[in-house]
Amino acid sequence: MKKTARSKRARPKVSRSNGPRAAAKKKKPLLSTEVKKPVLNRHLARRLKVQDNINTDYVISGRYKFRIQDPKELCKHIFEDIDPEFAARVMKGDILVAGENFGCGSSREQAPQSLKTAGFYAVAAKSFARIFYRNAFNIGLMLVECNTGFIDDGDTIELDIEKGKLNDVSKGLAFDIKPIPSVMKKLLDDGGVVEHFKKYGGFSFNEQT
Amino acid sequence: MAQTIAEKILSSHSGRDVRALDIAVCDVDFCFGQDGTSSIVIDSFKKLGVGKVFDKNKFCMVIDHSAPSPNIGVSAIHKKMRSFAKEFDLGLYDIGCGVCHQIVPQHGHVTCGDLVLGADSHTCTYGAINVFSTGVGSTDIAITLASGKNWFKVPETMKVIVKGKLPAGVYSKDIILHIANDIGSNGATYKSVEFYGEAISSLSVDARLTISNMAVEIGAKVGIMEADNKVLKWVAGRSKRPPNPVHADIGARYVAVKEYDISGLSPQIAKPHAVDNVSNVEELIEQRIDQAFLGTCTNGRFEDLEIAAKILKRNKVNPEVKFIVAPASREIFLEASKKGLIDIFIEAGCVVVGPGCGPCVGTHNGVLADGEVAISTANRNFKGRMGNPNSFIYLASPATVAASAIKGSITDPREYKKRLA
Repeated sequence: MKKTARSKRARPKVSRSNGPRAAAKKKKPLLSTEVKKPVLNRHLARRLKVQDNINTDYVISGRYKFRIQDPKELCKHIFEDIDPEFAARVMKGDILVAGENFGCGSSREQAPQSLKTAGFYAVAAKSFARIFYRNAFNIGLMLVECNTGFIDDGDTIELDIEKGKLNDVSKGLAFDIKPIPSVMKKLLDDGGVVEHFKKYGGFSFNEQT
Repeated sequence: MAQTIAEKILSSHSGRDVRALDIAVCDVDFCFGQDGTSSIVIDSFKKLGVGKVFDKNKFCMVIDHSAPSPNIGVSAIHKKMRSFAKEFDLGLYDIGCGVCHQIVPQHGHVTCGDLVLGADSHTCTYGAINVFSTGVGSTDIAITLASGKNWFKVPETMKVIVKGKLPAGVYSKDIILHIANDIGSNGATYKSVEFYGEAISSLSVDARLTISNMAVEIGAKVGIMEADNKVLKWVAGRSKRPPNPVHADIGARYVAVKEYDISGLSPQIAKPHAVDNVSNVEELIEQRIDQAFLGTCTNGRFEDLEIAAKILKRNKVNPEVKFIVAPASREIFLEASKKGLIDIFIEAGCVVVGPGCGPCVGTHNGVLADGEVAISTANRNFKGRMGNPNSFIYLASPATVAASAIKGSITDPREYKKRLA
């Protein structure tokens, strides 16, 4: 990692690679009958000061999104109007933590794109606004809905999508994640709607509940 | 089984009987992008690699958010849009044509019963003319431009009944602000909202567009109304395609029913920095203002300009106030000019700028200074919306904005009751 002022900040040791996290803990060898747990990556929580009703203008201000086309330039300005220091603290693999109705307001895809380009692995919020929800999965940014009220900035987080859990490792708490709709999962697995469309030559879902 | 308007439109466009929460792949009648979103539409379309558009008559682009361009970055985006339009022979409404949500219905691109997507959150505006129209991101528009289709989760429906007779000086903007105050900014998230009641029926089509325009401000996907004779007449004069009016069935399933009586409603104002942070005008009298803005996809139509002109006639804008007027389209601008409204604005001391989004989105045409307070007819007052996070935006009807601009502080438009009657 490039040495910058922000990377010198004391951060808990968190594995950002795909390596097994539990290697150090589990000293006794696994018995053949034991089911091997899936390896979960750990992430740092980045909690916004303002929690509810974060609109897409707050994610990335109209001052920038109308004139800058390069996502790498845009993402330097995320949340500038509500927390000017925030963007500089974000590192690859972090999870953004917010409250109710995250992403309300405009339909601009620059909002989820800036968050993805800034390095966020996912956004965890109590609820999301409709257009943002769709846009995020379309561009391949994962969103999880759960109770985020107890997660503090800097907490270490694991996401277990299979089991539908968000684990706050720092606090020893686990929260249920609202199931990600199958359509969204498919889009995410395919790397976004453009890749999905190219893969199937259209949409591969047409289902009734 | 009985169906809501949303269920009916999504059924007819997917070719099968769908219900709330189903996923349906539908044929889309029309889609578009504006200059804040089209750049990514173009990039995503090229990434799809299909090489051709599905139907060039079912798409257009509108340059409205920063028109004319205020800087080099925006100029590059406008140039990219013009060249894409040329390459694929697509419709482009260039600077001066107006705001997309005025252009799309006014030029007859949509009609009753249609399914429409726009890369702009206020695409829900055409719900007032019985269109299932909703805002999506740019990549979704690119998919539809390439295939003519998109996927939809059929929304659940909330029924909103607005009863009573509007008092003088109170308008459709006040109705929707009142509803936003009650339902909240996420109270209708993902839902289709169907509007009914004598108060809605009594409104002109233009006034109804204001209500549907702001459906997204309560989180809704669509804010739809039935097509009565006023709507059918309005559409017939504009769209060449035959309308297909859609009504909800008796016994259709609603997740919530809300009733409002607006007979005693005061003019409403949304305070900084949220659309659902609403007060009666009486509570805000004497709040100083530095800028007033009349225009946008919410309230920039002829009728809105006419109401403001009635108040401004033979009056002067307060010398402490900058009053900016942006008609929603070239046609509205021209009609206002022919009927003498533009003269009234100029004589009162307003600055009339070209048709477009104007200062609403904070890119040009009246960016606020630190600490400044604006009163605007727009639909959003988020922090920084008008270009400066250290400024404050109040949202109100054209009448309240005009009355406030004269006094230099928030003013009850019912002071001009005689002029407005």
